[in-house]
Amino acid sequence: MAYKTIVEDGIDILVCGAGLGGTGAAWEARFWGQNKKIVIAEKANIHRSGAVAQGLYAINCYMGTRFGENNPEDHVRYARIDLMHMVREDLLFDMARHVDSTVHQFEEWGLPLMRNPETGAYQREGRWQIMIHGESYKPIVAEAAKKSADKIYNRICVTHLLMDESKENRVAGAVGFNVRTGNYHVFKSKAVVVAAGGASNIYKPRSVGEGAGRVWYAPWSSGSAYGLMIGAGAKMTQMENKIVLARFKDGYGPVGAYFLHLKTYTQNCLGEEYESKWFPALEEMVGKRYLDVAASHRSHRPIPTCLRNHAFISEVNAGRGPIHMVTMHSFQDPHLEEIGWHNFLGMTVGQAVLWAATDVDPKNENPELTTSEPYVMGSHATGCGAWCSGPEDVSPPEYFWGYNRMTTVEGLFGAGDAVGGTPHAFSSGSFTEGRLAAKAACKYIDDGKAEGIKVSEKQIEDRRAEVYKPLEHYRIYRNEIVAGTVNPNYINPRQGLDRLQKLMDEYCGGVTVSYMTNEKLLNIGLKKMKLLEEDLEKVAAENIHELLRAWELKHRHLASESVMHHTLFRKETRWPGYYYRGDAMKVDDDNWHVLTVSHRNPKTGEYTMEKAPCYHLVANDK
Amino acid sequence: MPTFVYMTRCDGCGYCVDICPSDIMHIDTVNRRAYNIEPNMCWECYSCIKACPHNAIDARGYADFAPLGHSVRAIRDEEKGVIAWRIKFRNGKKDLNLLAPITTKPWREHIPQLADVPGPNQEMRNSQLLYNEPKYIRLDDGGLHTLESNGLKLQAGVCD
Ligand SMILES: Cc1cc2nc3c(=O)[nH]c(=O)nc-3n(C[C@H](O)[C@H](O)[C@H](O)COP(=O)(O)OP(=O)(O)OC[C@H]3O[C@@H](n4cnc5c(N)ncnc54)[C@H](O)[C@@H]3O)c2cc1C
Ligand code: SF4
Ligand code: SF4
Repeated sequence: MAYKTIVEDGIDILVCGAGLGGTGAAWEARFWGQNKKIVIAEKANIHRSGAVAQGLYAINCYMGTRFGENNPEDHVRYARIDLMHMVREDLLFDMARHVDSTVHQFEEWGLPLMRNPETGAYQREGRWQIMIHGESYKPIVAEAAKKSADKIYNRICVTHLLMDESKENRVAGAVGFNVRTGNYHVFKSKAVVVAAGGASNIYKPRSVGEGAGRVWYAPWSSGSAYGLMIGAGAKMTQMENKIVLARFKDGYGPVGAYFLHLKTYTQNCLGEEYESKWFPALEEMVGKRYLDVAASHRSHRPIPTCLRNHAFISEVNAGRGPIHMVTMHSFQDPHLEEIGWHNFLGMTVGQAVLWAATDVDPKNENPELTTSEPYVMGSHATGCGAWCSGPEDVSPPEYFWGYNRMTTVEGLFGAGDAVGGTPHAFSSGSFTEGRLAAKAACKYIDDGKAEGIKVSEKQIEDRRAEVYKPLEHYRIYRNEIVAGTVNPNYINPRQGLDRLQKLMDEYCGGVTVSYMTNEKLLNIGLKKMKLLEEDLEKVAAENIHELLRAWELKHRHLASESVMHHTLFRKETRWPGYYYRGDAMKVDDDNWHVLTVSHRNPKTGEYTMEKAPCYHLVANDK
Repeated sequence: MPTFVYMTRCDGCGYCVDICPSDIMHIDTVNRRAYNIEPNMCWECYSCIKACPHNAIDARGYADFAPLGHSVRAIRDEEKGVIAWRIKFRNGKKDLNLLAPITTKPWREHIPQLADVPGPNQEMRNSQLLYNEPKYIRLDDGGLHTLESNGLKLQAGVCD
């Protein structure tokens, strides 16, 4: 093949994926490493890449400590109850104590944050969310990353991490290919920050055909953060903690501002409030520790997102769907109506397109809601991701091994969706985590931890052969058939993705089974997952674009397999409304008040699972 | 939703190709103009639409759930720092014009160059502070929050 090998050597900090976490890492790295070589490898164009490509209308994580609003520990308590206690409180506390400085910085750069005219503080949407005009959120943080990075390689799909050959379990860079030229790129680096985002499209989406790209999380969120780190042997945590979103039907338009700011609410097809009637049974199922409706009324303790989903799903399954969002009252106020529309245009234009296409004017009609297919990510109301070290001054020994946000692979750091156990980081928290990882990575290098890294030509050449194998496979077998896509020796990336989605959906609690699974199903699923892995060795790519899809699929597969192992390991239903273990329908604190940690042996592909202690800040939810 | 390109407006400049996060705007080799090669991987994120200098790209709701005959258009202007939207309903009853700021400052000028700011000293390196902190992170003039300063302790196990 005529593709060139292009080597970028002597990098100090390589950022793989520059969404919110990666731009934060690249930006901050320059301060702690003013003479260091900082390089970004990004599969799209950092100006519009990742989950924030189309913008956001809110920053969902801001303490407002400066305005006397919240302290970091308040946020920890909130995220903890929302996730049924399964969080890394050290990481949460750490993110929360820094996040305000990130947000104020955004304002200094020119991001339009709305202010409350009475208090002068940022305009709140809810206790944690502030409202912004964020159409250009991503281009603005990209400009910041551009100021700091020595070099930005756009359109590089990173496929593998490079490993040091002089010291076991130490990272040495990454490889990938250019999605335009096809060239093979080798990045030799002392430290790597993986911030390649979460995973959409690993479950069969509700949309079909042309609409299959209308998923809630971006369709380009290919689980690469997980694929890369799992492939390198990093330990993962809480991968069973998938998320299901209650959103406007079909367009998956956001509901946060509708609930919090516009004060809209939900009802069933009979026009009734339905949530509260499901709560007594839920209290039984999960225990009063997690749902105490009376206490919530008294103290405004939030009801976990998954439990509200559970009420939604149960009501629909009882035959009283659809669930409607009651917008007709609020939308009579022209100011609120305008905010309602801006909210979509700022972050989910497709919902506006859909309502324009179906003549749904929320002023005259209450729109339908639905629950989405599950997603695997670690920065929204869920905490999948790598098992990372916390900061020195906060973390207990089990959570600390030298460098903040470093995974269990030396020199390999994470940010945003890549880091496990840190839900509710959102955009601002992900950027903040990137900053934390960058500072720690500089320290790791300055401490001499990256000395003597060795990468052989063999490793580079072996990876090269692997990277192009789908193209090669296509070339060899294509002419065996007349035309078309049906071939006895290969599948194409779309066919592979369809198979993965069906598998995850049916065996690991997707929408068509109402999020239900059990041990038997998961074991069958894992078997089929292995067969798919064998077939992925025979995935064929007709061109470079398909090669991109092939590698996205491989990353999605690695992420999915991990999700299945984790779901099988945790024998309880910790988050009813996100998924159910039909063979263990209750929360089981005696055995499962722990975090789950997995390791995939990179040589054998074998999984080992373990439990890690769950640490809490002493004081319970106020 | 999935995008399409008007034949008469596109001049093949490739801006959309350059920006699409999904890598699905490609130049058609016969017509030398752009088109969406994989509509079912389109997020209708409007990045390409906003980037096209000739307004040659539009979105048509996904065939599996959106009826024909609607329009949502956007024009984004970095210099003026605004984005203008127009939403037209299928039944013609609603036609909304909305305007939003996209930045409050001249583009990219107010982002500092960290290679040129005074670098961190050893004490800062050993601390938990990030660049520019402790500015903005407290109500009072104190330093960074710690477990100690906030009277907290981490303990393993179930908490009540
Ligand atoms: C519809 C929607 C609404 C949201 N609403 C809000 C909100 O209102 N407020 C809020 O604060 N947050 C919101 N979020 C969440 C926020 O967007 C995420 O928390 C945040 O973007 C996560 O940051 P990240 O860096 O982990 O991932 P991303 O920002 O997704 O970045 C990942 C990056 O990695 C790149 N990449 C992926 N694979 C590879 C590879 N193989 N090689 C190289 N590069 C790769 C991607 O192109 C991308 O640039 C929303 C998200 C969505 C999708
Ligand atoms: S709308 Fe977004 S995903 Fe679709 S073609 Fe344009 S840039 Fe790509
Ligand atoms: S940006 Fe517009 S004019 Fe340029 S290639 Fe794309 S569609 Fe054509």
